[in-house]
Amino acid sequence: MDNKLIFFDSTLRDGSHAVSHKIEAENIKNYCREIDDAGLHVVIVGHGNGLGASSLQVGLSAITDNKMLETAHNELKKTKLGAFLIPGFGTIKDNLDPAIDRGVELFCVAVHCTEADVTKQHIEYIRTKGKEVYGVLMMYHMANKEQLLEEALKIQSYGAQGVILMDSAGASVPKLVSDTIKCFVDHLNIRVGFHAHNNLGLAISNSLIAIESGATIIDGTIRGFGAGAGNCQLEVLAGLLSKLNIDTGLDLYKLMDASDNVVAKMMKVPQEITSMSLISGLAGVFSGFANNVKKAAIRFKVDPRDIFIELGRRKIVAGQEDFIVDVAIDIATKKAKDQSLSF
Amino acid sequence: MKKVKVGIIGTGNIGTDLLVKIQRSEILECGIFAGRSSDSNGIRKAEQLGVTTSCDSIKYIQNNPDCCEIVFDATSSKIHLYNAPILKSLKKYTIDLTPSQVGKMCVPAINMAECLNSDNINLVTCGGQATIPIVYAIMKVHPEIEYVEIVASISSKSAGPGTRANIDEFTQTTRDAITEFTGVKRAKAIIVLNPAEPPVLMHNTIYAKMENPNIERLHIEIMAMAKKIQKYVPGFKITLGPVAENNRVTTMVEVVGLGDFLPKYSGNLDIITCAAVNMAEEYAKKKIL
Repeated sequence: MDNKLIFFDSTLRDGSHAVSHKIEAENIKNYCREIDDAGLHVVIVGHGNGLGASSLQVGLSAITDNKMLETAHNELKKTKLGAFLIPGFGTIKDNLDPAIDRGVELFCVAVHCTEADVTKQHIEYIRTKGKEVYGVLMMYHMANKEQLLEEALKIQSYGAQGVILMDSAGASVPKLVSDTIKCFVDHLNIRVGFHAHNNLGLAISNSLIAIESGATIIDGTIRGFGAGAGNCQLEVLAGLLSKLNIDTGLDLYKLMDASDNVVAKMMKVPQEITSMSLISGLAGVFSGFANNVKKAAIRFKVDPRDIFIELGRRKIVAGQEDFIVDVAIDIATKKAKDQSLSF
Repeated sequence: MKKVKVGIIGTGNIGTDLLVKIQRSEILECGIFAGRSSDSNGIRKAEQLGVTTSCDSIKYIQNNPDCCEIVFDATSSKIHLYNAPILKSLKKYTIDLTPSQVGKMCVPAINMAECLNSDNINLVTCGGQATIPIVYAIMKVHPEIEYVEIVASISSKSAGPGTRANIDEFTQTTRDAITEFTGVKRAKAIIVLNPAEPPVLMHNTIYAKMENPNIERLHIEIMAMAKKIQKYVPGFKITLGPVAENNRVTTMVEVVGLGDFLPKYSGNLDIITCAAVNMAEEYAKKKIL
């Protein structure tokens, strides 16, 4: 196996969450033009929840998946075009085939960390089409490393070229990262990757720990643009790695240019760790829920932090955004009851 | 009264739940419970119940055509593609519980009469059984709407290997069936497996995009439809709505299982097996007895 460290750029995919999935074609064009030469393995483009996910449930995209992919494909000459798919959102007929037709060369097939067997159909299909494919275990902090390894071995058996651990809630402490990555590296014969979130301020440091533990794929975003507290900021990691004399093949200035010239303008607010992100990291809830939680908190006059803690208690996973309203109503009802009881 | 014999192919969660439900039926009895594995929980259950079992799958029915008049296929869409023509040549009324889309799509609350005249009916998917009737009720009030979306959330524990191996057809078939049954221009189906412990009940959300909903009439139509479904799926319940916000109408449905073979949280299995048994009973009453 090739052990060279490679970088997956999820800026246009995870960043989609940060702007309620309203990324315009113009942004995609400018971004891809700027980043193409920077030495990344792949640029992943699309709705935050992947192909076919533009929906009332998790948010409608500004433009269609096909338009996003076509726009990116026109600009990417040196870097692969990638797409993300969660089985249950997108299908082979409606989404994978059209994406392949639009020049996607690499797919990440993602599932909740205990459900790897639902990736089988899609990973196998992508392999028969001769495209590169990786399995992604989302919310990996919710399972122990033995369970995770069992799931990763399934992904390996389906023919994926790697398994990426996704710290969707940014809930990882450093030891969790090193223990899990080491376990994977010891037992798998495909690449192991890590996708960090910054809820506890550890995205870059956890990514570095992943590399030191043997991961050879780092999945991050320029300027940290992403759901909740954002991701591992790729240009900062690239700088850090060069200081540590770890070879990345990345062009730091080009990453910085994309950051300053394009991504800064796409952001509605600077990427920071808000109290909402911190609480979602602590509660272990997917950071992409923040906007919907805030809306529900205002609508039902409850504390959004209470919603997050309760969502965490109920172990709600990505794709279950409809439970946010349920939880908010429950908290509001309970609050009303408590008040009516007080005298 | 003489009972009508049915055959069940597929001894997984769905097949076994069917088996248990049929024990209660006053009209049906199980003539053969066949799969490919001789050592499954389902086979053991059938043996306990004194039902004839076989690990020859469809071959048993080919070799013993008199063992049943109605066949439930609870295997996988791939296997049903193979089984369907055989069952047709044997002239068995076939109720397909896989998302194969071979036969006529059937949602008893909507098109039972037509389905009794088809030789092969397909029960769409559990998500489809739970949500299509609601979309149908909504379209009755607002035929002009252009987009609906359903989210079916089921507990990981109640999604067996069959469901998992068919996740793509499950999603696609549910979506296709929504447009076919209701005539809505565009539809989306999202399927979520929820690993939470203790397992969550089957939960479905139906969104319909529209600007000026007549909530009062929607409420009447949706509740009337719910009542119709409850006749064959007792655990079906509207838990929220219809409520209007942001140019969309939201309705939520929960399905509590009967707890026949699997626990009550497996409402996703219950809704499809209830629909299947209901169709078999109707067919037996109208066409055989």
